[in-house]
Amino acid sequence: MKKIIALFAMMASTLTFAAGSKIPLDEHKTDLSDTASLQRGAQTFMNYCMGCHSLEHGRYNRVAKDLDIPEELMQENLNFAGKRFGDLMTIAMRTEDSKKWFGATPPDLTLVTRVRGGDGDWLYTYLRSFYEDTSRPWGVNNTAFKDVGMPHVLADLQGVQKKGCAPVSTGYDSLTGTEIMVDSCELEEPKEVLYLAEEGQLTPKEYDNLVFDLVNFLVYMSEPVALERQRLGWWVLLFLVIFLVPVYLLNKEYWKDIH
Amino acid sequence: MSQQKHPIMGWIDDRLPVTVTYEKHMSKYYAPKNFNFWYFFGVLSMLMLVNQILTGIWLTMNFTPSADAAFASVEYIMRDVEWGWLLRYMHSTGATFFFIAIYLHMFRAVLYGSYQKPRELIWLFGMGIYLALMAEAFMGYVLPWGQMSYWGAQVIISLFGAIPVIGDDLTTWIRGDFLISGATLNRFFALHVIAVPLVIVALVVLHLLALHEVGSNNPDGVDIKKHKDENGVPLDGVPFHPFYTVHDMVGIVVFLMVFCSVMFFFPMGGGFMLEYANFEPANGLKTPEHIAPVWYFGAFYTILRAIPDKLLGVIAMGAAIAILFVLPWLDRSPVRSIRYKGLISKTLIPIFGVVFAILTWLGTQPSDGYFLGLINNTTLAQWLTAFYFGYFLLMPFYTRMEKTKPVPERVTGGH
Repeated sequence: MKKIIALFAMMASTLTFAAGSKIPLDEHKTDLSDTASLQRGAQTFMNYCMGCHSLEHGRYNRVAKDLDIPEELMQENLNFAGKRFGDLMTIAMRTEDSKKWFGATPPDLTLVTRVRGGDGDWLYTYLRSFYEDTSRPWGVNNTAFKDVGMPHVLADLQGVQKKGCAPVSTGYDSLTGTEIMVDSCELEEPKEVLYLAEEGQLTPKEYDNLVFDLVNFLVYMSEPVALERQRLGWWVLLFLVIFLVPVYLLNKEYWKDIH
Repeated sequence: MSQQKHPIMGWIDDRLPVTVTYEKHMSKYYAPKNFNFWYFFGVLSMLMLVNQILTGIWLTMNFTPSADAAFASVEYIMRDVEWGWLLRYMHSTGATFFFIAIYLHMFRAVLYGSYQKPRELIWLFGMGIYLALMAEAFMGYVLPWGQMSYWGAQVIISLFGAIPVIGDDLTTWIRGDFLISGATLNRFFALHVIAVPLVIVALVVLHLLALHEVGSNNPDGVDIKKHKDENGVPLDGVPFHPFYTVHDMVGIVVFLMVFCSVMFFFPMGGGFMLEYANFEPANGLKTPEHIAPVWYFGAFYTILRAIPDKLLGVIAMGAAIAILFVLPWLDRSPVRSIRYKGLISKTLIPIFGVVFAILTWLGTQPSDGYFLGLINNTTLAQWLTAFYFGYFLLMPFYTRMEKTKPVPERVTGGH
């Protein structure tokens, strides 16, 4: 029996360990049941992202239905391309043009969170990791995506981040409980960090929330049925547990005289 | 026993051997009464085969096999087709569980010597199924036309290019083009949904016919037909139906619990069942950073990579699969079951299971990584590859040399 358990443990481990990523990612605590967050995320996406990035496998009416957005509201305020309600969320920008402008065609984002490790962590980190780099065509670079071709579209909201020496938290004073701040270049392992050099329209906390909602929306987009899938899963498992009882008893009844 | 047959049944039986067949394979097929946990995986493999065929039929109704439309049609199934997401996840999760069941089923045969005389043909048909299943899974993985579909196919097909003289022409012939293209996708679709499933089903029928001809082995490896009652019924046997049908039902329900837990809550299997890169459409100009096969090919991929030379690597990989076919003739032990084999076999068989699992794991990992932070993946792969071949090639010697225990006349333990 032990051997069997060991074998199963081995197989389980091959299924659960995800591939490691190169930079440490901030965790995105995805909450697909937070409809308000998804609505805000959709709003941000339509306003800031959809000029260049399509959601070509998704449809307006599906998003409206899943996110409790009335058809009128969706069509008037979120469907800027004036597409029909049941249309796919494609964009008008031609790939040959965008390739010329950005060096690479902005990818379709329907499945971006699945491509990037199956959850929102990478995207959540990426959208908060732009920093000023005058050597780049758009004046910005990104720690999560080196030499990315994309400009920092949300810069007005976030402000300008720079990369360099800045105070970082190393823990809390055990007596006073205040945070201990040390310059990142004077740490045992000196490193450059991102810090806010110019404030934007939003506070850092507000900006993080905005990105959180946006990523939440894109996680939803990558698999609109996710919540329904899990809901159904519990019912199926409940059925199987109940079904196991008569099946087990039937087996026991048949085998009781076999020795 | 002399039940009155329904006249309709009698009418049919005069024209088609329904009752006779039913009795031969179900109600009067006597299976040993001492089957244990390991004996569930045959029926579970069948369950997965049925699952793959049924969900596959419905997936076919909405899948578009062309380089331009395949990727989008899979997302169409996931979003716009009623219950399409469930069919797709049943199929993709089913592939993984099919292989889990098959591997445990094969390991059962190794544990209890089920391939030994007179069951060599059962093993050979089984190996045929396994080989066809690998082709089936490989071609199926190409169909969603994601990055890993494309580049995985690129790597696997290019292996044939290592064959001297005909290699290049052979790869062109397989692809139907000078590179992987829509032509490749279309032919793989045809093979995946028609040709290979037909072969698999035919082989499963042969596998079962051969099994029912000689009878099932059991954890003791004893022949239950040696001791029969006055009616010719083996004393240690029970009719497959109803005893093993109700018994297998328990296994099926428990298996489905595990299956559904993964399918409904972890359908991507942490990137091992549906790889992350495969959610990006195929792009022949952009090579993914790390091309890894799906987990169930891991062991053979590791053996391929363990050999520094491409041609020798391909030969080693082929040999690793081919050697399984001759297993019945490598095992010279006078006993079947691990229970009565000698110390060497008792030690090597479980180690072999672990080695195969590690080889599988390594196949999904970059070759320059470290296993548990201890040993370079490639070095470990080479050692384990040596063990893999050593285990089989030395088998004729150690199975004959080692001191076996006496085998009981009748099966031990009961149900």
